[in-house]
Amino acid sequence: MTLMSYRQALHDALRSEMLRDENVLLMGEEIGVFEGSYKITAGLLAEFGEKRVRDTPIAEEGFTGAAIGAAMLGLRPVVEIMTINFSLLALDQIVNHAAKIYGMFGGQAKVPLVIRTPGGGGQQLGATHSQNIEVYYAFVPGLKVVAPSTPADAKALLIAAIRDDDPVLFLENLALYNTKGEVPNHDTPAVIGKAAVTREGHHLTLIGYSRMAHVAKKVADQLADHDGLDIEVIDLRSLRPLDRDTIIESVKKTHAAVIVEDDWLTYGIGAEVAASISDGAFDYLDAPVRRVAMAEVPMPYSKSLESAALPSENDVIQAIYQTLEAIGHRRTKTGPHD
Amino acid sequence: MLDFYREMLFIRRFEERAARSYTQALIGGYCHLNLGEEATVVGLISSLRPTDYLFTNYREHGYAIARGIDPRRIMAELYGRVDGVSKGWGGSMHMFDFEHRLLGGYGIVGGQVPLATGAALAIDYRGGDEIVMCTMGDGTTNIGAFHESLNIAGLWNLPIVYVIVNNRLGMGTTVEKSSAEPELYKRGAAYRIEASRVDGLDALAVAEATAHAIEVARSGRPYLLEVVSERLRGHSVVDPAKYRSAEEVASLKEHDPVHTMAARLVAEGISDDVTLAILDQEVLANIEEISAFAEASAFPDVDTLFDYNYATAVPNDSRRLPGQPLFGASTSGAPS
Repeated sequence: MTLMSYRQALHDALRSEMLRDENVLLMGEEIGVFEGSYKITAGLLAEFGEKRVRDTPIAEEGFTGAAIGAAMLGLRPVVEIMTINFSLLALDQIVNHAAKIYGMFGGQAKVPLVIRTPGGGGQQLGATHSQNIEVYYAFVPGLKVVAPSTPADAKALLIAAIRDDDPVLFLENLALYNTKGEVPNHDTPAVIGKAAVTREGHHLTLIGYSRMAHVAKKVADQLADHDGLDIEVIDLRSLRPLDRDTIIESVKKTHAAVIVEDDWLTYGIGAEVAASISDGAFDYLDAPVRRVAMAEVPMPYSKSLESAALPSENDVIQAIYQTLEAIGHRRTKTGPHD
Repeated sequence: MLDFYREMLFIRRFEERAARSYTQALIGGYCHLNLGEEATVVGLISSLRPTDYLFTNYREHGYAIARGIDPRRIMAELYGRVDGVSKGWGGSMHMFDFEHRLLGGYGIVGGQVPLATGAALAIDYRGGDEIVMCTMGDGTTNIGAFHESLNIAGLWNLPIVYVIVNNRLGMGTTVEKSSAEPELYKRGAAYRIEASRVDGLDALAVAEATAHAIEVARSGRPYLLEVVSERLRGHSVVDPAKYRSAEEVASLKEHDPVHTMAARLVAEGISDDVTLAILDQEVLANIEEISAFAEASAFPDVDTLFDYNYATAVPNDSRRLPGQPLFGASTSGAPS
C-alpha cells in the first residue's frame, strides 16, 4: 500500500494500463502539452507520444464520437471530458450511440470506451461549471456509470473500466482530486456494479457516492467519536448497475436510511435509492427515508450562496439526528455541530 | 456496365417490394428507400475493397445489398425476424454486418460521421491500409458533428471518404433553403479537404469519382465527395411528397437512373429489350423468394430480451420485464 492522492491514483491507473495494452489511448482537450486541466495526465505525453495521448480540438461531440468509432474497431480509448458539464455537448454520441451500438446491432460490435469526467461544485465556478448531472447517464441502459470516492477505488475502478468491453462513464470530482488514501500497489481491477460498506454500524444506514460518500464516512466517524453512534456507511461506487442488495441488506439491519448526494434532489440518484428501499425494506423501516441533496437552483457564484446550496457535513448530521429522533433515539452526548 | 445495371435493378425491385411489404404491415417503424439512388449506391460501393469499412445513415438497404450481404437477411431484418442482419434489433435504420464491414446504418442524422472518423483513426493507429467510407444526406452537412469530424480528419490525416448523397431534399426542405452554401462539396475547403461533385444518376461517373476519392484516402488524406442524386419518392414510405410539383415529378421519371442505364445498354448494343425483360423477371422472382424467406423466419424469442445488455457481464444488471417487482419474482432467476 502507498499513501497517495486521488489524482495520483488515476494517473497511475492510466499509465499502468497504457503500459499493459497498446490499444489503450487517451483523447481529450488539453491532456497532452497542457498535461490536463486537473493534471491527471501529467507526463503521459512525454512518455507515450502524440499517437497515444491525443490533444483534441474543442469538439466534444466529434472526439467522443471518434473514440466510440475507434472502440468499435477494437481500440480502448479513454476520453477525458474536462468537466461533466461539457459532456452535454457529446450527449448524442454517448446516449444515442455508445449506449446503443452493442444492443441495437444484436451484439455484433462492442464499445470498450471510458469517458472520464469530473463533476462537483464548491469551486466558485458558477452555474454552468458546477453541475452533478451523472443521473442523465445512470438513466441509460447500455452505459455503466461508476463514481469512486477514494484513491484506492479510483485506481481499481479505472482499471476495471478500461478492461471492460462496454462504455463506462467514470465520474470524478473536483473536490476529491487532492484527497489522500492508501492505495494497493498491485493492478487488480474492482468489480463494477458493487457498492462498498465503508463503515459497519447498526443505528442507521448512510448512503452516498463520489464526494458525498467521502463526507458520509467522515460524518459517521465523527458521530461515533462524539456521540457513540454506530452508523453504517455505504459508498454506492456504481450508479449503473445499482447494487440494491447491499443497500437493502443494510437497511434491514439498521431500520433507517439517509441518502446524501451532490446532485439535485428531484429525480436525482437518491430518488432511485429511496424507491428501492421502499420496495425492498418497507416493513423494516422505522422512519421515512431522508435525502440530503443540493438546493434546486443553478449554482450561484458568490461563496455565501454557493456554500448554502451545496450539502454540508452539518446538513448530513442534522438529517441523521432528525431521523434517529423520529424513532426515539436519544443523544448521549452533545455533538460538535448542533 | 451490365453488372452495374443488374445490381441497380435488384436494389430497385428490392425497395419496391419493401414499400409493398410496409403497406402489408410486414415492416414496421420507419422505412426509407434508396429509390432513385441506385446508380449512386452501386457506383460508390463498387470501388471499395472487401476490407474497407462503410458507415451509412438510415437510408441504407441498397448499401447493405451492394456490400454483398445476403439480401434474405436484409429483408428478414426489415420484417423484424431472428435471421435479420441485426437479429431483429435494428430494423430498417440499423443494419450491421461486421463480416461485410457494414458498420451500421444510423438513425440519428449525423450520428455516424464522428463514429466513421474514429474508425479511420483506429485504422491509422494500427497502420492498416483499409479506408472508411461514410455516407450521409445533404441535410447532414449543416450539423455540428459533420464539421467537428471533418476538422478532426483534416488535422489527423485520416483515411476516410465522406460522401454527401445530395438528393436535394432534407425530408421536404430543399438544399437551397437549408444550406447557405448549396454547393455542398465546397465545405471541404474549410478543412483543407480535397472535394469534388459528381452526377449521381450516372453509376460509371460515380464509380470513377469514388475510385479517385478512395485513392486519396488510402494515401492518408480525407476526401469529401458530393454525389448529386434523386429521391424518386417521399422521405419515407409513408410520405406522399406533396411538397413536390407535378413538373418536378415528371422530370424525375425522365431522369430515372435505372431506365437511363437500360436505354444506354440497348443503345450501345450491350444488351437488348428482350434480355433486359428476362433479367427483370428473374430479379422479381428472386425478390419474392427473399420475401418468403423473411416471412418464414421466426420472431426473436422473448427470452433473449436481455441478451445484449452488456458485452462484459457485471453484477446487479437489471433483467426485469415491465411490472415485475424489484425484489422477489423474476423470470430470469434471482432478483438483482
